[in-house]
Amino acid sequence: MSSDNAMVQLTAKDFASSQDVRWCPGCGDYSILAQVKKVMASLGTIKENTVCVSGIGCSSRFPYYVDTYGFHSIHGRAPALATGIKLANPELNVWLATGDGDGLSIGGNHLLHAIRRNVDINILLFNNRIYGLTKGQYSPTSPLGKKTKSSPMGSVDFPLHPLSVAIGAEASFVARSIDINTKHLTATLERAARHKGTSFIEIYQNCNIFNDGAFEYATGKETKEDTTVFLEHNRPLVFGKDGSKGIRLNGMSPEIVTLGNGITEDDLLFHDEALAEPSLAYLLSRMHYPEFPEPMGVFRAVERPIFEDLVMGQVHSAVKSKGKGDLAALLASGETWKVN
Amino acid sequence: MVVATETKNTDRQPKKVIEVNEITVRFAGDSGDGMQLAGTQMTNTSAIFGNDISTLPDFPAEIRAPAGTLAGVSGFQLRFGSQKVLTPGDQVNALIAMNPAGLKANLSDLEPGGILVVNKDAFTKSNLDKAGYEANPLEDDSLQGYKLYSVPIDTLNKEACKDSDLTGRAVGRCKNFFALGLVYWMYGRPMDASLSWIESKFGSKPSVADANAKALKAGFYFGETAEMFPVCYLIAPAKIQPGQYRRVSGNEATALGLIAAASQAGKTLFYGTYPITPASDILHELARHKNFDVRTFQAEDEIAAMVSVVGAAYAGAFAATGTSGPGMALKGEALGLAVMTELPMVIVNVQRGGPSTGLPTKTEQSDLFQAMFGRNGEAPLCVIAAATPADCFGMAIEAFRIAVAFMTPVILLTDGYLANGAEPWKLPDVASLPKISVNHPTDPGSFLPYGRDDNLVRPWAIPSTPGLEHRLGGLEKHFETGEVCYDFENHHRMTETRRAKIDGIANVIPDLEVTGDASGELLVLGWGSTYGAIATAIDRCHENGVKVSSAHLKYLDPMPKNTGDVLKRFKRVLIPEMNLGQLLPIIRGKFLVDAVGLNKVQGKPFMVGEIENKITELLSNGSKS
Repeated sequence: MSSDNAMVQLTAKDFASSQDVRWCPGCGDYSILAQVKKVMASLGTIKENTVCVSGIGCSSRFPYYVDTYGFHSIHGRAPALATGIKLANPELNVWLATGDGDGLSIGGNHLLHAIRRNVDINILLFNNRIYGLTKGQYSPTSPLGKKTKSSPMGSVDFPLHPLSVAIGAEASFVARSIDINTKHLTATLERAARHKGTSFIEIYQNCNIFNDGAFEYATGKETKEDTTVFLEHNRPLVFGKDGSKGIRLNGMSPEIVTLGNGITEDDLLFHDEALAEPSLAYLLSRMHYPEFPEPMGVFRAVERPIFEDLVMGQVHSAVKSKGKGDLAALLASGETWKVN
Repeated sequence: MVVATETKNTDRQPKKVIEVNEITVRFAGDSGDGMQLAGTQMTNTSAIFGNDISTLPDFPAEIRAPAGTLAGVSGFQLRFGSQKVLTPGDQVNALIAMNPAGLKANLSDLEPGGILVVNKDAFTKSNLDKAGYEANPLEDDSLQGYKLYSVPIDTLNKEACKDSDLTGRAVGRCKNFFALGLVYWMYGRPMDASLSWIESKFGSKPSVADANAKALKAGFYFGETAEMFPVCYLIAPAKIQPGQYRRVSGNEATALGLIAAASQAGKTLFYGTYPITPASDILHELARHKNFDVRTFQAEDEIAAMVSVVGAAYAGAFAATGTSGPGMALKGEALGLAVMTELPMVIVNVQRGGPSTGLPTKTEQSDLFQAMFGRNGEAPLCVIAAATPADCFGMAIEAFRIAVAFMTPVILLTDGYLANGAEPWKLPDVASLPKISVNHPTDPGSFLPYGRDDNLVRPWAIPSTPGLEHRLGGLEKHFETGEVCYDFENHHRMTETRRAKIDGIANVIPDLEVTGDASGELLVLGWGSTYGAIATAIDRCHENGVKVSSAHLKYLDPMPKNTGDVLKRFKRVLIPEMNLGQLLPIIRGKFLVDAVGLNKVQGKPFMVGEIENKITELLSNGSKS
């Protein structure tokens, strides 16, 4: 019962459905699922008011494993499904699981439009830079030259970057995290869940079968401090072992500097996730390994009117100005005449 | 009633008044000439006058094709009469051509000896060239076979508005009202309805209102005064069932039906769609009525529109979409998902000429196959079709009634002819409209997402219901639990069950009715918008003592239970369709009946005469052809 749910604090376990999880052993998806359930529990999520939706792909099996309402739909269409759900019942919490193929290739259009409308949903884009469920073809985020079953001589498709796309689509909340950094992932998911409007999170996710080690540079003990930089609001971009390096702006371009020798934290780029202008967030989204450390955390979090609120606002104002619909009056509207 | 006798010009002979049963008029001109407006005004006025009416607007796909060209011709045909009028007419009795292109594109439909009013001022060298006339047809003998009235409409309109402070161009835009006034005089129509329309439409722009009113009156008085028109016609009001009436087009009626269904059930109406001709007017109409808790969503594409409808249905709304053929093709994928998840929703397909972009503004019935079969896998759903513009109202309600009762998508087929055509509509009593009862389960104890009732229908459990959390999706389901299941036997059983559920709808729909004798030599079987032409043809045959019966299918999948019995009581079956034969092979295959087709794919509806001729041909040719 909802009243019980509201009173009794649920645990992550309570959000596990009865289904056996069927991802490959060692898949990064397990961690994402575990952190989402943890966040749902910690935020006091009411099960019956929550819907997990997805399209097609490995990531899209997600709804089967969460004991809320769920909808495993069709290739790339989950943002449109979520929009329909939110317009029918704006009170529902909607989580959307997608992947780099589902979200950026076959469903690219729907993703853009859900983001620009600012539908209040949480979009988790599991980026493993490969097609997993169809067994190993290159995806829209695979690097140029990537050798896969469908590109034995190397991919000739120029990749796109999920966060740059989201920012270009006017996203109000944009973040990145990594599957195995569970603490950071949990914190990021929590921020996303609290954000009003579309939250877009790219999660680096290892596919240990078809693209193992794709994010090794960002997760390896030896390399991760030099290859990632953790964003904090109003804090300078510092990274590297012992925080010895930073990102400085040189004109419109970021550059890596070593702290010391007259260069202090004050000279570095300070992160501001709340800027109305998305240029800084976009600049950060263009920082890629190996030239730069890749930013992790919240790139952008701004407030913008929410789509379903605007839709409902028009319904309410129509009721206010015209009165609640009277069917007989509607049918008889326009010119009528009487036949005796 | 007839104004001719009231002419102020008393030294002239009173005009001769001829009483006729019905008249078909067509206004034709450039797409910027306001022909649709003139036609609509004539329709309203004739409806209020008490005639039965049927209309057929015909406009180009281009919003503003080059002025004066054949591609830019816009037409509006209207048939009104003192008896039942079910079609916009085969041949035109009077053609009003505002320019040479309008004349050239429409003359072949004017009856021999018919009335031809042309705007003489528009027959300039340049306009004649654009229309492809080598010589001015007003000056050679080519129009000898018609009653030609060559009227300087531009000049007279300008003269009527000479005191207006509007620009010459703005005054020129009133000429459709001049032409309308002239037609009002010819057919004894009162001007009041149009005058009050002008007042309410242009009330905030007094000069515009004034000029249009002056143009209308000037046209009317020109008809009354000018000696060139020896005759005016009287068409008495029709004997129509008493009640309150309005004019309604198919798209308006569809929108109102969707609202009525949701409103009567106390539900939100969600309409997710993507603009497409000729379905967009349903969206436009619905977007005006948000105070009925109508939530319209103009999606990014046809696919998203359909998927949003699936989402809204899952979340508990009365969810619908509208589209036309090309959009329907894109919706197929999500329709499969809707079939698999067994959610209630309504899909309106306003059919147009195809394939591909085809003829966007013209009518066709060529999406029956797409509605029945246009999905991957065995994906049965309910398909129904409206017969007349006003029938779209009841069929939209019927679509939701079936969708909710059987947890299935329902495709409602209309077409461009129904969508844009209009007829008088007796306002239904709201209390008598069907109330669709909705049951969302709340008891977790007995809940199974795919547990089925006696009609094989699963429950419509919606998010926000505690304890009923469940997962839907496009993967095959286990028959008992509804969980994902790849078992072979289970898939066979589920496939049969989905089909059997749709077949069961036949238990809750009306029988197929036969007009004429219940058995005999020939049955004309129709579906969709061919109703008017078939019914009129049958009426005429009966008047002439020809024995033929007809039946009209409004339910295509499943069909009424008695369909096979009806067909087998006739030696021959004729199926007229605006396609190359789509119902035909279905009927032949399903009932092993040697039916024959009458097919027309010209972007326009059947003429009554075409059907009548085919009936005559079949009956005179005793042996099976």
